[in-house]
Amino acid sequence: MEEQRLITLEDIYKQYDGTTVLDHINLYIRKKEFVTLLGPSGCGKTTTLRIIGGFETADSGRVIFDGQDISGIPPYKRRVNTVFQKYALFPHLNVRDNIAFGLKLKKMSKDEINRKVDYMLDLVNLKGYGKRGVDSLSGGQQQRIAIARALVNEPEVLLLDEPLGALDLKLRKEMQLELKAMQQRLGITFLYVTHDQEEALTMSDTIVVMHGGKILQIGTPKSIYDEPKNAFVANFIGESNIFPGTMIKDELVNFCGTEFPCVDSGFGENAPVDVVVRPEDVLLVGEDVGQVTGTIKSVLFKGVHYEMIIDAGHSTWKVHSTTMQPEGSRVGLAVVPFNIHIMHRMEEETPREEQAK
Amino acid sequence: MTSFKVPVWGYWMMGIGFAAFVAMLVAYIRKNRGFRRPVFAAPYVLWLIVFTVIPCFLVAYFSFTDPQGNFTLDNFKNFWDSNYNARKAIAPEDLEMYQSMGLSLEDLGLARDSINIDTLVFSLWMAFLCTAICLLLGYPAAHIMADREFKLGPTLVILFVVPMWMNFLLRTIALMSLLEDGGLLNTVLEWLGIGRQKLLNNIPAVQVGMIYNFLPFMVFPIYNVLNKMDYKLSEAAMDLGCNKWQVFYKVTLPLSVPGVVSGITMVFMPAVTTFYISRLLGGGKVQLFGDLIEAKFLSTSLNEWNVGSALSLVMMVLILLSLGLLNKVDPDNEGGGMV
Repeated sequence: MEEQRLITLEDIYKQYDGTTVLDHINLYIRKKEFVTLLGPSGCGKTTTLRIIGGFETADSGRVIFDGQDISGIPPYKRRVNTVFQKYALFPHLNVRDNIAFGLKLKKMSKDEINRKVDYMLDLVNLKGYGKRGVDSLSGGQQQRIAIARALVNEPEVLLLDEPLGALDLKLRKEMQLELKAMQQRLGITFLYVTHDQEEALTMSDTIVVMHGGKILQIGTPKSIYDEPKNAFVANFIGESNIFPGTMIKDELVNFCGTEFPCVDSGFGENAPVDVVVRPEDVLLVGEDVGQVTGTIKSVLFKGVHYEMIIDAGHSTWKVHSTTMQPEGSRVGLAVVPFNIHIMHRMEEETPREEQAK
Repeated sequence: MTSFKVPVWGYWMMGIGFAAFVAMLVAYIRKNRGFRRPVFAAPYVLWLIVFTVIPCFLVAYFSFTDPQGNFTLDNFKNFWDSNYNARKAIAPEDLEMYQSMGLSLEDLGLARDSINIDTLVFSLWMAFLCTAICLLLGYPAAHIMADREFKLGPTLVILFVVPMWMNFLLRTIALMSLLEDGGLLNTVLEWLGIGRQKLLNNIPAVQVGMIYNFLPFMVFPIYNVLNKMDYKLSEAAMDLGCNKWQVFYKVTLPLSVPGVVSGITMVFMPAVTTFYISRLLGGGKVQLFGDLIEAKFLSTSLNEWNVGSALSLVMMVLILLSLGLLNKVDPDNEGGGMV
């Protein structure tokens, strides 16, 4: 089962002017994996990327690349390439020379450079754009050039620093699929940084959720979504109802003044926990059969579903439902045991202001 | 005692210019039904017309006329040979008489004298040298100041700016007292056992003064361009395999060309026309083209204004040519020069 680890971060610590940016990060990335560092701005994800790229050095800890410690090696000697946030294309060079930049430094023959650049232009669907100046291209095209410029060097790892951040929604979705397809076709390891949880869920093999310089959870998109480790992850990935509760015993939890059967165990008896219920997992039932009852405070049409805010006395629930219920009506709420996620209460202060959103 | 008079048509021209300006202004205000922003540019435009446009035409006019206002090319011939007018002033029969007495033109001090051209060439050389040295000194300075990792950068910028707040004459005079025989520098040299040197009233002193005065005009355009440059570009270059030196000549240097161009412009132009620095630091021994023109205009003889105008015109044409050339290199004027 032990797959080859391409990059290993060992106990990386970094601070800027006394503020800790990375708090002893440990992480490994396998070959040909699509790994996403996900977190709000300031969580340290970009710094992690820059440490791997060689643009920053960690205050302590090691970066192991293919079995070698590369902590002290300058960027130009690393077998990684970066796609920068705002592309950082060279304005004094045309598209072709931008892509050929890395190859020319390697003293490759003219024919080989031309062949590779043509292949790349083809790969990113920009055939015939070679002679254009980079400033004359649209954001999406510049983005593709930036990817081509990095990929043409055949790096073992491609680092992408929020590469789609400047694009509009539709283009962003297209590029997400294109990038994923490209990664699978070329078999290159991608390390992707984003604050967009949907982007992370769509593209990644592995998601690393970061917050405050710490890694909160590492897992597949599905496990991160379905089994968030704590309230922050649950709230950051998708929408959730998070309630403080008490684990009465295995497979029985009390929250919102009611006892719910659930499937989690091993928390001990009468342990304080956080309970996550996804809005789409709440069932609207008759008032008489609901585990909790409440009044519908507001209804918003969201396209695929209606989003309702339901006041259940001591708690407020967000519910997604495809059937509309009029505002002000009384409803019952039910959750099947499988959809109740129990998490340890976060020891440190939970970012409450984030939850309030 | 100068018999200089604005020609009658000069008054007419000023009158017409002013009237045309007022007419334009009135038309503009009427068209826009009230005062708009460009109206506030009017005082400046007026200033420009009175003190720049008309004088330029006057310089051109004087270059091509003699003191009596007749068309002539003598002023330019005098540029080529500074004794041309003097020789012409002597009656041919007098000249013949002198020559029959065995006196050559040299003896009479009337032989062809290329001092004007020599001075121009020397001035161009001095300006070129000054520009080159300013570039060599200024580029690294600007590069260091614009370095993101160099924390003292902003302090250095202030150190460069503050001396510019002082009048340049004052600065030059201060430099004089530093360089003079009993000055600070010589005291230090003596104390070091090297002995006093002659540091003032020679060509190097003038050059030092020029560099000292014009260096900031090289540093700031380059600094501006480098400072505005996206540092991600150098990171991208490093990422693609450039070492520090390659980053510099493959990315930083090409992208700073606009700043270099406007730096060169802003140093070369004042350097080639400078005249006071050479007088103060050259002790009258070093004459630049600017000094020559100044002397013509301060002179009391009759036609020197016209000759001086011709010299100025030659210089203007040279500067325009070099500006045109530089503009070709930096067509978008990104360096924020004044072209």
